[in-house]
Amino acid sequence: MGESHSLEERFQAYVDAENKIEPKDWMPERYRKTLIRQISQHAHSEVVGMLPESNWITRAPSLRSKLILLAKVQDEAGHGLYLYSAAETLGADRKDMIDDLHTGKAKYSSIFNYPTISWADMGAIGWLVDGAAIANQVMLCRTSYGPYSRAMVRICKEESFHQRQGYEIMMRLAKGTPEQIAMAQDALNRWWWPSIMMFGPRDEDSPNSAQSMKWKIKRKSNDELRQEFIDKTVPQAEFLGLTIPDPDLKWNEETGHYDFGEINWDEFYQVIKGNGPCNKQRLDDRRNAHEAGEWVREAANAYAEKEAQRRKEGNAA
Amino acid sequence: MENANLYDYTLRLGDTALILGQRLSEWCGHGPVLEQDIALTNIALDQIGQARQFLQYAAELKGDGADEDTLAYHRDAHEFRNLLLVEQPNGHWGDTLARQFIFDTYNYFLFERLMKSKDERIASIAIKAMKEIAYHAQWSAEWIIRLGDGTQESHDKIQQSIDDVWMWSGEMLEADKLDVAMMEAGIAPDLNEIKELWLTKVSEILKIATLEMPEGTGHQRGGKKGVHSEHLGYILAEMQYLPKSYPDATW
Amino acid sequence: MSDKSNWKIWEVFVRSKNGLSHKHAGSLHAPDAEMALKNARDVYTRRSEGVSIWVVESEAITASSPDEKEPLFAPSDDKVYRHPTFYEIPDEVGHM
Repeated sequence: MGESHSLEERFQAYVDAENKIEPKDWMPERYRKTLIRQISQHAHSEVVGMLPESNWITRAPSLRSKLILLAKVQDEAGHGLYLYSAAETLGADRKDMIDDLHTGKAKYSSIFNYPTISWADMGAIGWLVDGAAIANQVMLCRTSYGPYSRAMVRICKEESFHQRQGYEIMMRLAKGTPEQIAMAQDALNRWWWPSIMMFGPRDEDSPNSAQSMKWKIKRKSNDELRQEFIDKTVPQAEFLGLTIPDPDLKWNEETGHYDFGEINWDEFYQVIKGNGPCNKQRLDDRRNAHEAGEWVREAANAYAEKEAQRRKEGNAA
Repeated sequence: MENANLYDYTLRLGDTALILGQRLSEWCGHGPVLEQDIALTNIALDQIGQARQFLQYAAELKGDGADEDTLAYHRDAHEFRNLLLVEQPNGHWGDTLARQFIFDTYNYFLFERLMKSKDERIASIAIKAMKEIAYHAQWSAEWIIRLGDGTQESHDKIQQSIDDVWMWSGEMLEADKLDVAMMEAGIAPDLNEIKELWLTKVSEILKIATLEMPEGTGHQRGGKKGVHSEHLGYILAEMQYLPKSYPDATW
Repeated sequence: MSDKSNWKIWEVFVRSKNGLSHKHAGSLHAPDAEMALKNARDVYTRRSEGVSIWVVESEAITASSPDEKEPLFAPSDDKVYRHPTFYEIPDEVGHM
């Protein structure tokens, strides 16, 4: 590489050669900003994503399922934490990120703005929502930013049980009483479309995607990931004996993929804009928890300062 | 039932663990900071895990095909034998921690002795649980100290929390007929001994935390016999709603 | 929210089993070392990943800084003779 190459070109060449970028390496400012935005959104999604599921912990129908759900939601808190930590390596502050979430400036995955109204929703979320998230996260294990990639590797390892627990709930319901089967079908009906919306807008409507792909932050396009997910999920629904609520869904011999119906993009953008059924509820919950915890966090800091002071005085004496 | 006393005693242990775990799990997703959300959820997981072990054992003692879930989901409030303390509402972080500290300290001394119970099953559950409980006791004591000796606001709040929860603390430290019978059988420890240890430890921590120890030990009784506060009915209504709404279903 | 309620960042190192060194696992927020250790146990060893934990205040770490110029994207593998594959040993010699 000659002297004439700009830092940015050399950065691109470095990334193209499948090298990882580490916190102190030079990086284009836009790369840093894109990453902070994406990683913090991802972290917010984990944390807000705890709420629709924690809604059912106290009502889980067996002690075993209660324990599993509790462990799963706890994992999500852990994942949020890993991701906030990854964003912090880029100079972002968790406090600012959380403020951005609470003021509505930062986004999180819209899927969590849908309500969980039956136990079957715990199954559908694990199976479909975590399934869709995993497709995205497996790709992100290879993302070009080292700390993000490492966080994702850890998350993927831990998430592997999440989708299985969801599918297990669906299996038990689908093999259960007529009421349980109806509960399972109803959950699939409500969660199917929001789940496939999780992959984001169509490639041609996703202007930031190309740059992210070029920087190898993203490794697969929205549409590619969506198609993979649908191809994988349809047989799983068939095994359960449940019907995916898309009359246009059919196998296409030629392409070797499932064709599927048009996503309701109006709904998609409405929920992003804050008009989903639970946007306000979720943000209020997060804000309240944070505000109610302020005196607690302050107290712990005040104690730590006093202790440090006491140690200093003890040493001096 | 042949082992009626042992069954009742095991239920006390199981129900207390279950109801506390249920209460703590309400916090999940609402903690003051992510790290502490995770910490409290860990304790909830441990409590529910212990509850399963005790309730499974109780179910076996009962026979008639019952299992842990039959006992957790198909009994009504008057059949529950948990301490009144653990069914009290979470309140704010200080209220939860006050309840937890008072309970963990007791539980630590209790389980330390249950590990040597003549009942092998209880002893083996206690041995496994002891590591968890020792951690809980440390964690909640650390929080009491931080809140007590933190800011003026936190000091006042946690003092109030301790004062408020105190009246529920007596029941666990006072032996009733069943406790005495279990003690004589070598299955349960002497609660008088635990009360002494508890008083010493609690006053030691409260002193470090610059907090006042309330007078006496609380006077409320009833949970161990199935006479509960109003809260338990609501806890059970929520917890048991699915199995009760769909009696034919398995989950 | 005031800064008074913001906790410090700690780096967490976990020894997964005796015989191995501590490895960086990630970071977390805590008001002091004791809490940081407890948090680290809860956060980074939920699946019994560790037998020993170190926590260090992030601020206390001094890191080398990659220079912005020449050495930046050049992997330092010019000392190839430091690597065993640099040397050709005939197969007959066996494993070395």
